[in-house]
Amino acid sequence: MSDATIDEICLVALAESFRGDGELLCHPMGPFPVAAGRLARASFEPDLMLTDTIAYAVVGTLPLGATVDRPGGADDGIVVEGYLPFRTVFDQAWSGRRHVVMGASQIDRHGNQNFAAIGDYRKPKAQLLGLRGAPGNLINHATSYWIPNQARTFCERVDVVSGPGYDRVAALPEPSGRFHEIRRVVTELAAYDFETPEGTMRLRSIHPGVSLDEVLAATPFELTVPGEVPASRLPTDEELHLIRNVIDPTSIRKHEFR
Amino acid sequence: MPDKRMTEGEVVAELSSGMTIGIGGWGSRRKPMSLVRAILRSDLRDLHVVSYGGPDVGLLCAAGRVRRITYGFVSLDSIPLEPHFRIARQTGAVEAREFDEGAFYLGLLAAAHRVPFYPTRAGLGSDMLTYNPDLKTVTSPYDDGTELIAVPAFDIDVSLVHMNRADAAGNGQFLGPDLYFDDLFAMAAERTFMSCERLVATEDLLAEGSVHTLRIPRLHTDGVVEASGGAHFTECPPDYDRDEAFQAEYAATARDPDAWARFRADWLDLPSHDDYRARLAERAESAPVKP
Repeated sequence: MSDATIDEICLVALAESFRGDGELLCHPMGPFPVAAGRLARASFEPDLMLTDTIAYAVVGTLPLGATVDRPGGADDGIVVEGYLPFRTVFDQAWSGRRHVVMGASQIDRHGNQNFAAIGDYRKPKAQLLGLRGAPGNLINHATSYWIPNQARTFCERVDVVSGPGYDRVAALPEPSGRFHEIRRVVTELAAYDFETPEGTMRLRSIHPGVSLDEVLAATPFELTVPGEVPASRLPTDEELHLIRNVIDPTSIRKHEFR
Repeated sequence: MPDKRMTEGEVVAELSSGMTIGIGGWGSRRKPMSLVRAILRSDLRDLHVVSYGGPDVGLLCAAGRVRRITYGFVSLDSIPLEPHFRIARQTGAVEAREFDEGAFYLGLLAAAHRVPFYPTRAGLGSDMLTYNPDLKTVTSPYDDGTELIAVPAFDIDVSLVHMNRADAAGNGQFLGPDLYFDDLFAMAAERTFMSCERLVATEDLLAEGSVHTLRIPRLHTDGVVEASGGAHFTECPPDYDRDEAFQAEYAATARDPDAWARFRADWLDLPSHDDYRARLAERAESAPVKP
């Protein structure tokens, strides 16, 4: 019986979004997604390129918080394999050899994502992060989302579209939207994809210990639910070792589950 | 070679209200803060600021100097939302012209290359277009017929950048992990003023970094200001890290008008950058020593 906790199950579910990516820039934003990317490379997707979150592509599995200029310890095994300042990151994004994980303040059933503002954009009730790189990421390469508060984030309609969803992109003239892909949405309850004919959100797997009723109660829009919904897989022993002892020994991953 | 050495005060004397001012750096990283503080000492107002914004934008907003902001984001990095910018947005005090971070780069590049726009997919389908009513799309003249966003050239009157090292002629050197877009800010502007941590002789420019770090040629530099600590409280590696304690104090002033008034009196209403540095040194001496 696995003693994996929910944060570790979520981390593996998010790492799974990179399965099959091969050799591209795995570029998750924020500590939890970064841990997921490092887990994917250290286990089943070894050709991914990952950064130290600053400007260097590094070989070897860095613990969260360590960077090339600020090593976390003598045995970090940091080997620099490339240089990725922000300008190069944009160039990589537009080349398509990149898969990002971002957060969201709101997301709807088409995958439209908002972390720009709440209320009227012109004079918002709450200014949030802004559009940031979301518009360019979504229209150029694969994007996944990590959403630790599903009930607060899933919504009928987003106030501002930072990252466009499938309906917005379908409305563009061909072939402007051909590189758009929302690979996965992972929440604290379940994993979702958009593998329906109209590109709307579909329940892909439910995390062990979570019921379908809980998932639906935290979903204020029509969700495609397949006849049989698999459980999100449990971490392997090797993955648990990597998570607990190598990637995140100080349990930063648990901060979003308090 | 020309000698372009100046003081912060002489730079600000070259600026006027209503100008479009480009500010280099990225978030709370290597910002020309001594020049920003010099603007705050002046009576300049109605500025149009172009920036990958950090406390440069926040301070200018808090002091009521900004009419319009063209930006890719405004953040303090370790504090994701710049609190003074947030207030300016929520009270409608400034006109926002927000671009996707990458599209912003193309606006600088177009201005640097003196073309009216650069095309990109970045922004299609998002609300970047909805809330930038002046932004237009362009259709590929080739057989593909792709519709793209035409990011307009960011025409900038004056850019301000902060380098690790520079010579008196205005050759600028970065020694940290990322140049950001400072070379493009310099090229995009009519005039550029560069502050630096240390002014060095031209023959010493390669003493601390390889030739690849000499990224702003003097062709685009109109004045050089030596300002040790000039990026404080933003980071300026390898010279110094971000002053996180100071930044946290600054951020807290957004919630409390009295705290903002005290911050102004303590750190902004000073005659010069040298006075600012002297006060910082006093602060360091009186601060409890961390274990």
